Amino acid sequence: MTLAVDLAYWQTTTLKVLVVLGVIPAAAIVLGYVFLLKMMSHMQSRLGPMEAGPHGTLQLVADGLKFIQKEDIFPDRSDRFVFGIAPIVVLMSTFLLYIVIPAGPRLVVEDLDTGVFFALAVSSLSVLGVLMAGWASANKYSLIGALRAAGQLIAYELPLVLAVVGVVMQAGTMSLQGIVRAQSEGEIFGVGFLGNPFILTQFVGFAVFLLAAQAELSQTPFDMPVAESELVAGFMTEYTGFRFLFFFMAEFGSAFALSAIGATLFLGGWHLPGVEGSLADLTGPLVLGAKVMVVAFFIFWFRFTYPRLREDQLQAVAWKYLIPVSLVNILATGVLKVLF
Amino acid sequence: MVAQNVVFGVLAAAMGLAAIRVVTTKNVVHAALYLVVVLAGVAALYILLAAEFIAVVQVIIYIGAIVLLILFGTMLTRAPIGRASDLDNDQRWLAVVVSLLLLGVLGAVLADAYGSTKLPKGAQVQRTGDVGLSIFQTYVIPFEVVSVLLLAALVGAVVIARRD
Repeated sequence: MTLAVDLAYWQTTTLKVLVVLGVIPAAAIVLGYVFLLKMMSHMQSRLGPMEAGPHGTLQLVADGLKFIQKEDIFPDRSDRFVFGIAPIVVLMSTFLLYIVIPAGPRLVVEDLDTGVFFALAVSSLSVLGVLMAGWASANKYSLIGALRAAGQLIAYELPLVLAVVGVVMQAGTMSLQGIVRAQSEGEIFGVGFLGNPFILTQFVGFAVFLLAAQAELSQTPFDMPVAESELVAGFMTEYTGFRFLFFFMAEFGSAFALSAIGATLFLGGWHLPGVEGSLADLTGPLVLGAKVMVVAFFIFWFRFTYPRLREDQLQAVAWKYLIPVSLVNILATGVLKVLF
Repeated sequence: MVAQNVVFGVLAAAMGLAAIRVVTTKNVVHAALYLVVVLAGVAALYILLAAEFIAVVQVIIYIGAIVLLILFGTMLTRAPIGRASDLDNDQRWLAVVVSLLLLGVLGAVLADAYGSTKLPKGAQVQRTGDVGLSIFQTYVIPFEVVSVLLLAALVGAVVIARRD
C-alpha cells in the first residue's frame, strides 16, 4: 500500500506541522477527559461532568471555547512582552516533543538519529517558559512557583536521562524508530514471536522513568510549582483566557508525549506482534495510543492517590534515590551487555 | 548551497542583534533571555553544518541548564521588572579590548585550521554512533581528563557549600 500522491518537501512539512498542531489539543482533551475529569471523579465516588455531550465528553471542548472568549488580561506592573510569550515558549517545547515520536514504520515527523536525546533536550525548554511566566507576572506567588518549578525540573532531568540511558545501551541506538525495531526483533530466551519489550529487562529504568516523568510534568505528588493551597496557582496565577489555555494544553500535551516516549522506550511503541509492513502504519497509532493510555493511567493514578511531598523530600527522592538507582542500572546494563 | 547561505545570513543577523542586546539591555532577565536567542542560534548553526548531536547537546546544556541557572540565580536574589540603572560599570573599554582580542585569536585559529576547506556537497548527518566511537577510542584520554576536572569542580563546590 503506497500513497498515490507525490508531495514536495514543503508540502509534506506543512502537513506534518498541521497534524502535530491537531494532535496536541486532541491529546490534551483525551487525557484531560478520561483521567482528570472521569477517572478522578469515579475514584472519589462522584460522576464528574455529565452535561456537555454524552457522558460529559465535550466538557473540555466547551471549556476551551470559553477560554478563547475570555479577556486577555495583563497585570499592571507585568513585563508585557515576556508575559505574553511565556505560554508560547512552553507550548513550543511540547510541540517539539512530538517531532520524534513514531506512530508507525513511516508515521513519524522526523526520525532523528538523536531521537530520545532530542526529546529530553526540548522537554527541558519548558522550564524556560515557566520561569519567564513566573517572573514577568510581577507576583510573589508566581515567582515562588516558577523557582520551585525550575529547581524541581533541574533535579528530575537527571534521573530521566539516566533512566533512558539503559534502554539506549540495550538498543544500541538513540533513534526512537531504532528502539522500536530493537524491541520488535528482540528475543526472550530464543522465543521471538512476542519481541522483547524493554520493560522486562529495564524494569528499574521504567520505574525511575515514570517517577521522573511525574515530577517533570509537575503532577501530584510533585506539584509544588502550582500548589494551590500555598501559591494560588503558582506561575500561572496571573494568566487568563487563551494564554492560560496554552498552559493547560502544554501540561496535558506533554503528559501525553512523555507517556508516548515511555511507551516507545519500554513497551515496544507502535509494534504489535504479528503485524508487519504497511499494515503496521494503520494499526501503529491505535497500538501506540493504547500503550500511552496504560502509561498515562499509572501517572494519573499516582497523581490522585498520593499527597504532595515537601520540598526537601522532593529533592531527596531525586538525588538520594533515583539517581543512584539509575546509575547502578546503567552499570548492570553495561556489564550484562558485554557478557551476553 | 544558496538556501544554506540565506539561512546562515538570517541566523547570523539574529544572533548578532541578540548579542548586542545582551550587553545593552537595561534589564538583567532580558539579557539572559537574549542570550537564549544567541545560544539557540548556535544550535541552529550546528544543524546547518549537519552536526545533529552537537546541536542537541548545545540545547540541553546551554539553554536547558546554564541559562536556566543564570535565570534561577538572578530571580532568587534580585531581578526587578523594568529598567535598572546600576547594570553598567566603567570597564567598557577594557571589555572592547578583550572582545577584540578574543575575536582575533579565534578568527586566526579557525582560519589557520580550516582556511579554505569546504563542507562536502550533500554532507551526511554525522551519526551519533560515530561521535561516541571517536570520543571513547581516539579521544579517550582527553575525555577522561575532562571528567576528572569536572569531578574536581564538583568536589570543590561541595567543600565550599558545606561549612561543617
